[in-house]
Amino acid sequence: MMMGKSLYEKVFERHAVRRLPSGQWQLLMGLQLLHEVTSPQAFAALRERGWGVMFPHRNVATVDHIIPTDNQSRPLADPLAEEMFVALSENTRDFGITFLTPDTGKQGVVHIVGPELGLTQPGMTICCGDSHTATHGAFGALAFGIGTSQVRDVLATGTLAMDRLKVRRIEVNGALRPGVYAKDVILFIIQRLGVKGGVGHVYEYAGEVFDRMSMEERMTVCNMSIEGGARCGYVNPDQTTYDYLRGREFAPPEGAWDRAVAYWDSIRSDPDTAYDDVVVFDAAEIEPIVTWGITPGQSIGVSQSVPDITEFPESERPMIQEALDYMALPPAHPIQGTKIDVAFIGSCTNGRISDFEEVVKFIQARGAKVAPGVRALIVPGSQPVAREMIERGWDRVFTEAGFEFREAGCSMCLAMNPDKLRGREICASSSNRNFKGRQGSPSGRTLLMSPVMVAAAAVAGEVVDAREYFQIA
Amino acid sequence: MDAKRVRITGRGIAVRGNDIDTDRIIPARFLRCVTFDGIGEHAFEDDRRSLAEKGEIHPFDEPHFQGAQVLLVNKNFGCGSSREHAPQSLMRWGDGIRAIVGESFAEIFFGNCVALGIPCLRVSEADAQRLQSACEAKPGTEFTVDVEARTVSWEGGSVPTEIADGPRQAFLEGKWDTTLELMAAKDEIRAAAAELPYFDDWR
Ligand code: SF4
Repeated sequence: MMMGKSLYEKVFERHAVRRLPSGQWQLLMGLQLLHEVTSPQAFAALRERGWGVMFPHRNVATVDHIIPTDNQSRPLADPLAEEMFVALSENTRDFGITFLTPDTGKQGVVHIVGPELGLTQPGMTICCGDSHTATHGAFGALAFGIGTSQVRDVLATGTLAMDRLKVRRIEVNGALRPGVYAKDVILFIIQRLGVKGGVGHVYEYAGEVFDRMSMEERMTVCNMSIEGGARCGYVNPDQTTYDYLRGREFAPPEGAWDRAVAYWDSIRSDPDTAYDDVVVFDAAEIEPIVTWGITPGQSIGVSQSVPDITEFPESERPMIQEALDYMALPPAHPIQGTKIDVAFIGSCTNGRISDFEEVVKFIQARGAKVAPGVRALIVPGSQPVAREMIERGWDRVFTEAGFEFREAGCSMCLAMNPDKLRGREICASSSNRNFKGRQGSPSGRTLLMSPVMVAAAAVAGEVVDAREYFQIA
Repeated sequence: MDAKRVRITGRGIAVRGNDIDTDRIIPARFLRCVTFDGIGEHAFEDDRRSLAEKGEIHPFDEPHFQGAQVLLVNKNFGCGSSREHAPQSLMRWGDGIRAIVGESFAEIFFGNCVALGIPCLRVSEADAQRLQSACEAKPGTEFTVDVEARTVSWEGGSVPTEIADGPRQAFLEGKWDTTLELMAAKDEIRAAAAELPYFDDWR
């Protein structure tokens, strides 16, 4: 009997150009997203070798990593950042590639901009020189983070050399409890399967929880696939996907809409797909999650305590000790009550309208104010997100509550722009990485959590259970 | 330089620890650049500095490991971001790291290394310890990474390694620069693109 195929297999096969002598596959890329950090060296290589860009219209660029979020006027205050901006302007101009600068009103974090403009579509292959490219998998696209040499490959040939991966279906069934969000779901999956659990795999997220999720929630989940070791992650496209896309600037025009939907329907995983692995979780098990360590897998439920070294097998202890030493949170003590210095809501994980909407709701209901001594940043993921927030009056809600309302960019997700932690500061963050030094201070500390948990921590001045704090029932 | 990577001999340097991520290999603040020049001196900068503050010394700062070319690591080396700056910083540190031997490597990091002509070979946990201990016990020890024979040897012995056939073949034939290989199929690429309903914006 013929077995069905997964979305991964179908899309891979539709984009396979040929088998390479190395045994890898040459895979056509439907869209390459470019930004200022990983593209300049790739364009330089093209110029050096006298090559052109094979499909300029299948490339789109923006600036996000280095752009300041307080003042984006040119020239940028940091000369190195300005140099990178200029390089991208020249490269995109010379090679005929669309560049979404701040003047276009469409600039933002690359993984927010693609979906927002309808560039990201089901059944596409997408790549970007950034590991969080998996975000686009929320649409049922195969989206890969790649290195700079591969950016060059895609510019020059529209293709990549890729290995074929295994597919693990991760089902989460049942209903999430109130106050538990998409961010908690993915942090939970990584906690259970480990930061290396996904190596060699694509994650297919399925089951009732993902079926019910909005596109923005699905993006939050897919975004962090890489933190679980999976090169990409996806959700099969459905009516939610199509409703989100319809009418967006680069979405299929009305005349082609039915044709597009037919293609998208055709690449969904078949019901009788033989997966390499299937894992099933119960949504009711998940509570709001907080990381205590230096990898996104080192996390606990908010009601739990920071682990003690003796809870771990001997072989893992050196790593755990390193994390405990770096974080300096008292072992065997509840994570609740940990004082924070900084709160950051933004990034390609949680910098979308629905993220801020949920936070605004609770801030307003409680008339909450940021605790004295806490620096709290609200950073929209893109200019359209920022505009919509201003139209809805949320910029005032946040500022009156003591948050700083910033312009679009990666901001404090990583240390490439002026938003940084100082010294040993502890940051409650809605971003995706808690690596040592990630937020700009070599000794700075990051606690990953959902935006609502970050907001509760900002207001309380310490880690609290947002469900109790905001009375979420 | 010959593109073939058959055998690489150089002095070893051990950086111990699992899950050493790309932000530790090259802290993000050093990525604000449009070329990779000068990035090598910042490899492991924050780890080096924080050890120095404690009065300890990182292998990359040890005078007798300067000029080392074979990096000996543990599990999941290079996890984290896809930025090629991490392997670029290693290959531009000192005389340049030219091969990496460890228990396992993060996928994107491994791929980036292949594209730069840096073989990454896997060894067992016990062998990783042996190699690192040999290197630390006698700085200056030379290691030969034999991609062809899939071994790493030094004066004290030799251990088997693993590397997938595809990348190994590419190293042996000097064909790890993928762009040329991909370009060879221009007609097939156009044909595949023409088959995709969306490629021309749904026209
Ligand atoms: S928001 Fe953070 S993770 Fe996302 S692209 Fe920017 S730096 Fe990378």
